[in-house]
Amino acid sequence: MNWVIDHIPELLSAAVDHLQLALLPVVVGLVLSLPLGWVANRWTVARAILVPVSGLLYTIPSLALFVMMPLLLGTKILDPINVQAALTIYTVALLVRSIADALAAVPDSVVQAASAMGYRTVGRFFAVELPLAIPVLVAGVRVAAVSNISLVAVGQIIGVGGLGYFLLHGAQSSPPNYQEIIAGIALIVLLALVVDGLLALAGRALTPWTRQQRGPVGRGRSVVSR
Amino acid sequence: MSVFDQVGDWLTNPDHWKTTLGIAGIPQRLGEHLQYTGLAVLIAAVIAIPLGAYIGHTGRGGTVVVGVVNSFRALPELGLLILLVLAMGLTLALEAVTIALVLLAVPVLLAGTYSGVRNVDRAAVDAARGMGMSEWEILLKVELPNALPLILGAVRSATLQVIATASIAAAVSLGGLGRFVIDGNALREYDQMAAGAVLIAGLAIVVELLLTGLQWLVVSPGLRKKTSRRTRARTAIPTSR
Repeated sequence: MNWVIDHIPELLSAAVDHLQLALLPVVVGLVLSLPLGWVANRWTVARAILVPVSGLLYTIPSLALFVMMPLLLGTKILDPINVQAALTIYTVALLVRSIADALAAVPDSVVQAASAMGYRTVGRFFAVELPLAIPVLVAGVRVAAVSNISLVAVGQIIGVGGLGYFLLHGAQSSPPNYQEIIAGIALIVLLALVVDGLLALAGRALTPWTRQQRGPVGRGRSVVSR
Repeated sequence: MSVFDQVGDWLTNPDHWKTTLGIAGIPQRLGEHLQYTGLAVLIAAVIAIPLGAYIGHTGRGGTVVVGVVNSFRALPELGLLILLVLAMGLTLALEAVTIALVLLAVPVLLAGTYSGVRNVDRAAVDAARGMGMSEWEILLKVELPNALPLILGAVRSATLQVIATASIAAAVSLGGLGRFVIDGNALREYDQMAAGAVLIAGLAIVVELLLTGLQWLVVSPGLRKKTSRRTRARTAIPTSR
């Protein structure tokens, strides 16, 4: 533990960097994917383009996407924006489909009832359809946040990796500094679990109406939707 | 000359397509990448699919599976690779990387198989039991064919995750297409780095398309049209990479 105790300030500041690298893309990605998901749900043609394209983008391995970003954006190789832009792409790719599917799952009768009560398209989206989509949306955001936190470490290979620094640096020290590597891994896992838990709580707080309906069926579904 | 031209030149340079003087070319690195990936996915499938089918059929241990899978998603692949390679030594680096890749693929396959079998229409299972099928027959003739879309989906995401992680294996001194990215970075040769990235992305996309095609071919026609708007939402969340 000596190494860890001596390096607490460095670990903490790297953890802050790490969170920023991982979560800013989640926020930006969410903002971008809401309209895209709406469009994908609204028009079949848009869905037929957006869903496969995001599937393919999501397929590209992180190391490759990080390295290709300067090609697409004209940025420098070591610019942190490369990692953040790549993680934003993953978040959008993941959420567009979730949002489109969640909106599609809102029962027609509910949408029609809202229209009958006088909601126009935009108002109905924010007051009725979006709130009903929250459980699926939160599940998607949790996956995006957790996998982004784990993927930031890969960015260390091209020099931008938050806590990933300790993984490579510890491995390249001679003899290898196991304390440093394990501290890095443990902090990454801890950040992921804490963020995941907080998002789950936020999701529950935002959807008070779902709590009464938890039967055995509901539990079975939560397994599928992981 | 633009960056795109540089990358194009690097990729079309015949010297980069053959192994000369111990410097591996693209075919050899691709072969290594496929070897790591294939071996790991195969081992993981042999472990995870029977186990997932058993847990899904009996329903015992389902919560454990979900917990294990969720906690593995948080584990950084790079850290796992580094720890295993250091612990087993560089002479066993290939074995260490294979273990790491298997560890990453097993939870994905386990979750897919488990939820696939678990979510087969209970009425169909009851009907099969009522017709006098044994538990084995129910599993092999009813549950697994019905679960096939989810199982193959899991094979696809596991394979892609393994391809992605195998490209990081170069950071712990192994081969594979990631070698071009790591070496290019070390030598400050962006054309080699970017060409490596393009190759990795190309490999992933080709494998994704092939497996999607396979999934479409293999799955029973009776299950294909089921993706109505309502059922889609159930499978809306893709597994992590």
